[in-house]
Amino acid sequence: MTSKTSPMRDWIFFVVFAIAVLTMPIWLAPVGAGYPDLLQKFMIYGLFATGFNLLFGLTGYLSFGHAAFLGVGSYSAVWTFKLLGMNPVPAAFVAVVTSGIFALLIGYVSLRRSGIYFSILTLAFAQMSYNLAYSVLTPITNGETGLRVLRSDPRLFDSSNAVDGPLIANLFGIEMTGYAGFYFCAIVLLIAFFIAQRIFRSPFGIMLRAVKTNQNRMNYTGLNPRPYTLAAFVISGMYAGLAGALLCITDPLAGAERMQWTASGEVVLMTILGGAGTLLGPIFGAALIKYFENIFSAFNDQTLHEIFGFLPDFLEVPVVAVTSLFVGEGWHLTLGVLFMLIVIFLPGGLMEGFSRIGRLFKRSSGKSDSSGAAAPAE
Amino acid sequence: MDVILLQLLNGLDKGGAYALIALGLTLIFGTLGVVNFAHGALFMLGAFCAVTFNKLLSLEVVTMDPTKTTAWGSPMEIRTPYVEAMLGDFGTWMLNYSVPMSILLAVPVMLLIGFIMERGLIKHFYKRPHADQILVTFGLAIVLQEIIKAIYGANPIPQSAPELVRGAADIGSIFGFDPGVIVYPYWRMVYLAFAGAVIAAVFAFLQFTTFGMVVRAGMADRDTVGLLGINIERRFTVVFAIAAVVAGLAGVMYTPILPPDYHMGMDFLVLSFVVVVVGGMGSLPGAVAAGFLLGILQSFASMNEVKAILPGIDQIIIYLVAVVILLVRPRGLMGRKGVMEN
Repeated sequence: MTSKTSPMRDWIFFVVFAIAVLTMPIWLAPVGAGYPDLLQKFMIYGLFATGFNLLFGLTGYLSFGHAAFLGVGSYSAVWTFKLLGMNPVPAAFVAVVTSGIFALLIGYVSLRRSGIYFSILTLAFAQMSYNLAYSVLTPITNGETGLRVLRSDPRLFDSSNAVDGPLIANLFGIEMTGYAGFYFCAIVLLIAFFIAQRIFRSPFGIMLRAVKTNQNRMNYTGLNPRPYTLAAFVISGMYAGLAGALLCITDPLAGAERMQWTASGEVVLMTILGGAGTLLGPIFGAALIKYFENIFSAFNDQTLHEIFGFLPDFLEVPVVAVTSLFVGEGWHLTLGVLFMLIVIFLPGGLMEGFSRIGRLFKRSSGKSDSSGAAAPAE
Repeated sequence: MDVILLQLLNGLDKGGAYALIALGLTLIFGTLGVVNFAHGALFMLGAFCAVTFNKLLSLEVVTMDPTKTTAWGSPMEIRTPYVEAMLGDFGTWMLNYSVPMSILLAVPVMLLIGFIMERGLIKHFYKRPHADQILVTFGLAIVLQEIIKAIYGANPIPQSAPELVRGAADIGSIFGFDPGVIVYPYWRMVYLAFAGAVIAAVFAFLQFTTFGMVVRAGMADRDTVGLLGINIERRFTVVFAIAAVVAGLAGVMYTPILPPDYHMGMDFLVLSFVVVVVGGMGSLPGAVAAGFLLGILQSFASMNEVKAILPGIDQIIIYLVAVVILLVRPRGLMGRKGVMEN
């Protein structure tokens, strides 16, 4: 949401972003994040958060049930694997279509209300899907065990039947694990990011921002906001479904816990942390949360004692005792604290923090710009 | 008939818990205009007050009994809780009644927590958008539940009801049904009576005291009350603390029914929000009515006869009702016009 935008700047921005994403394995290696499993997670959850941001960041509708679309996407991807074969492209396509239809149904009903009523409606639908996936829909979802691809499945267009070993998605012979999987996810993310950027700049995107800013005024100008919000909701659901499909492409297993409301809460966290309403923020937030989750939950008392070994003993013991609350099993505590601090002090997320720092530098060089580059997002 | 009555009773105690949490949520929302996602965590903290109280009481002193020996020939260790060693029979009595007695601990603790929460955090969010309020209290709920997890571990800690009310009553035989058909645990009756008493107390407080009158006036029109020279903010702090106590007490008394663990608050929160919305944001009678209504509906939906016709209905009934009510009656059962629609 920079105040000055032009097609040229957007292109430069996109190209820089693309280069940054594709070279991630190189420049993230020094901080211990240069391995494919984690990088795949960055891409997938970045995609999920970007989609969520298209709804929340632009229209201000806070959905608490987005994980349902992630789950639907996962299940349809695995079913495509089961029926058609292990090619990721049809799986992703089917996942996008089914989650889009699902989002259309839920969105059509939920968007009749706004504010907290909308949040509760989406939450209710997501919880219903989750509970049903666990109980009655077990023939489709395989309940608690989770849905996986079996060797006995038909897989009509699959030639890899003879191969031993675990079933892995493969794109015309390239197995979707390791770096190949990462680059597949990265390309999907880049395409999705490009579309999101177009939406942000389009008249449609401006209409969505109008919904957020003042819906009454929009009504008075004779515009009906609902088709726009519904379109945003469906697109956002498709992004979530695509992210769910990618989760299964990199690891062909779908479980109902992906649909639980805590998962919906997680994507809200990512978006807010990075900065709702900004293009880059949600991806940044998703990567940060996944990174810290990975780093912090690996710590234990042993490693802490090594880190604080330089302290005298009488200090080391209490310091380790306190910090151990925040790492390992207690990583969620760190997340909660971090999240509260962000909401309290930086409502626009980290992106607002960056632009504040940026403005600080500008001011010191004489050009003061008090209009605010980034409008604080809700 | 008897089956219906049994399900009605089963739904009432759960409905009681929903009603109590929803009452506090609505109170906070109606007066402070804050959507408190940490309210479930307050319920959970209340339950852990009972756990703490019980743990404190059952701290044990170890003595050696030289007259008896273990199988290995060493003197037998005898563990007696301190309260029993010091207070004798009264100590035993205290241990037995630890759940109801922990109310004495829970009330001041929850008052204090509510006070700190409102003054330290919520106060700064009155003027922020509802989305921000939801998010910050959601973060707080995570923090509180992780702290409890760090202290008490992740496993549920069962608490027992006092011996006097431990069994179940065959209340069906009182009303002329066959014996053994309608059996209802005593503690659930206690819980129901307790929930009713707390709800009545809150309503009486709001209806018959000057303080309550000011609070009701504040719910109706906060600005005007402020213009009349009344320090409405200070009253709101008290209201928040009361809501915290109500949620905490609901948690304390619920421990014998459901062994408390760290995420019980979140489980109840989602449902309580549905309850509040169904009842109508900002309507206290609506919250109570919807709490009992949804509790009863849930227990009816888990009957085998119903499940045979509509499989899975027990899992989704509450959400389904919420969706239907929100679409048919957008303001919930008893909501006022213009509350929380944008």
